[in-house]
Amino acid sequence: MIEFRSVRKEYADGTVAVGDLSLVVPERSTTVLLGSSGCGKTTLLRMVNRMVDPTSGTVLVDGRDVKEQDRVRLRRSIGYVLQAGGLMPHRSVLDNVATVPRLEGATRRAAHARAAELLEVVGLDPALGRRYPGQLSGGQQQRVGVARALGADPDVLLMDEPFGAVDPIVRADLQAELRRLQAELGKTVLFVTHDVDEALRLGDEVVVLRSGGVVAQQGTPAELVAAPADDFVADFLGLRSRQRQLSVREQDGRRLVVDADGRPVGVLEGSLEGSLEGSLEGSLEGSLEGSLEGSLEGEVPGA
Amino acid sequence: MNLFLDAWRWLATGSNWTGDGGAATRLVEHLLVSGLVVGIAAIIAVPLGVLVGHTGRGRTAVVLAASAARAVPTLGLLTLVALATGIGLTGPVVALVVLAVPSLLAGAYAGVESVDRVTIDAARAVGMTEAQVVRRVELPLAAPLLVGGLRSATLQVVATSTLAAYTADVGLGRLLFAGLKAREYDVMLASALLVVALALVLEGLLALLQRLVTPRTAAPAEHARPARNAHPSSTVAEKSPTERTS
Repeated sequence: MIEFRSVRKEYADGTVAVGDLSLVVPERSTTVLLGSSGCGKTTLLRMVNRMVDPTSGTVLVDGRDVKEQDRVRLRRSIGYVLQAGGLMPHRSVLDNVATVPRLEGATRRAAHARAAELLEVVGLDPALGRRYPGQLSGGQQQRVGVARALGADPDVLLMDEPFGAVDPIVRADLQAELRRLQAELGKTVLFVTHDVDEALRLGDEVVVLRSGGVVAQQGTPAELVAAPADDFVADFLGLRSRQRQLSVREQDGRRLVVDADGRPVGVLEGSLEGSLEGSLEGSLEGSLEGSLEGSLEGEVPGA
Repeated sequence: MNLFLDAWRWLATGSNWTGDGGAATRLVEHLLVSGLVVGIAAIIAVPLGVLVGHTGRGRTAVVLAASAARAVPTLGLLTLVALATGIGLTGPVVALVVLAVPSLLAGAYAGVESVDRVTIDAARAVGMTEAQVVRRVELPLAAPLLVGGLRSATLQVVATSTLAAYTADVGLGRLLFAGLKAREYDVMLASALLVVALALVLEGLLALLQRLVTPRTAAPAEHARPARNAHPSSTVAEKSPTERTS
């Protein structure tokens, strides 16, 4: 569990990045900090592993004040994934993933064996371990970044817009992969993003921040969408945009979900099966039988 | 043209190389003085440059000091120091160190500064101590520029170490000055050629070193494949989630 107790971060020039914020990040679940750039979400994240020290207030990880812990030890015990990967270009992928175990004194052999396992955990071919980060695609580099963060088997995983720099298809792939991983590993994940869809897709809890590091609303994605606390949250989530105002329309026996412009965004569950059954009874019955008979007859003599 | 032939003849004469004050001794002396100077300069400049590059502090001061040092006339400084310390190696060594420091300093801090900030931030965030960040990330990635600084410092010092003979009985400069005094231009030219040769050899060796310290950022080519499969990048297997769950 991570707890922020009225933390505040003010820089020397008087800018307030985070203003008196209190927040509890529940254990073994994914909490997303959602906000536009400059809302202090990254600052908050970096307070957890003491990359940033708050001006006032305390941050607790598993009930212990991080300020009383050695920075280096603390950072090694917390996984950290950042947007651009941040891999060391002069070390092989395997060496990169083995970084923390090596720092902790594991032998090269043991650290490499563990690293190869981790590559598989994040869905990479261990054979990629011999390559260098520059030889991988953006999506692969992000996976390596996740593998490195898992190196010391941390309970807490900090992710700073980890999928921000990859194209939408790879991003969706990585998001799905993260959900699978999280279901398997059950880490306490603190995830920073400005992408509303990503937040709703990944978060068990979503914390919407307004500028100056103030919590606008915290809740499950469903709670936020069902009952936005105020206009800011509703606008930020885009609930009033035409893309999020959905209605159902019948089309060819299916119930389509369409947005305010009539653009389809999906099919209502259940209606697909219904229509398939309907069509099976009707047109398919005849044509399937017909074609089956036809093709079977044709194939038998040849066999 | 005759002068070159004379110089060549001088170099080809074995007796000119042997004995006290022979070319061989002078060459070794020259090399030792240059090595001493570059060594002292490196001990001063490299840690300072790395510190400035690592912390980003004092950059302006160091850049200003380095350009000022570049503008100092070596012969003038040598004379000034020699007036204070007397005949001997101190004057030339001090003057040459001042000559060598700017290149080494620039190489060290530019090298460290050129390392991607994100890489350093990440190294720190995964739990490297400051010393580990310097040793395992910044220095390896800065190495080519650092050796580049060493290379230009060495070249300058070897060429200028002839000035050591101004106040000390040391180095190839000795032959140069002796030739000048005695109007033996073949000796002068021969010793100048030796300085050039020494500089070129060291330049070659340091260029090689620079290549050796350049960090690998690509795996060596895997065993040769038939030409039609020659797309190593397309063999990269990024398993899709569906593949894994099955």
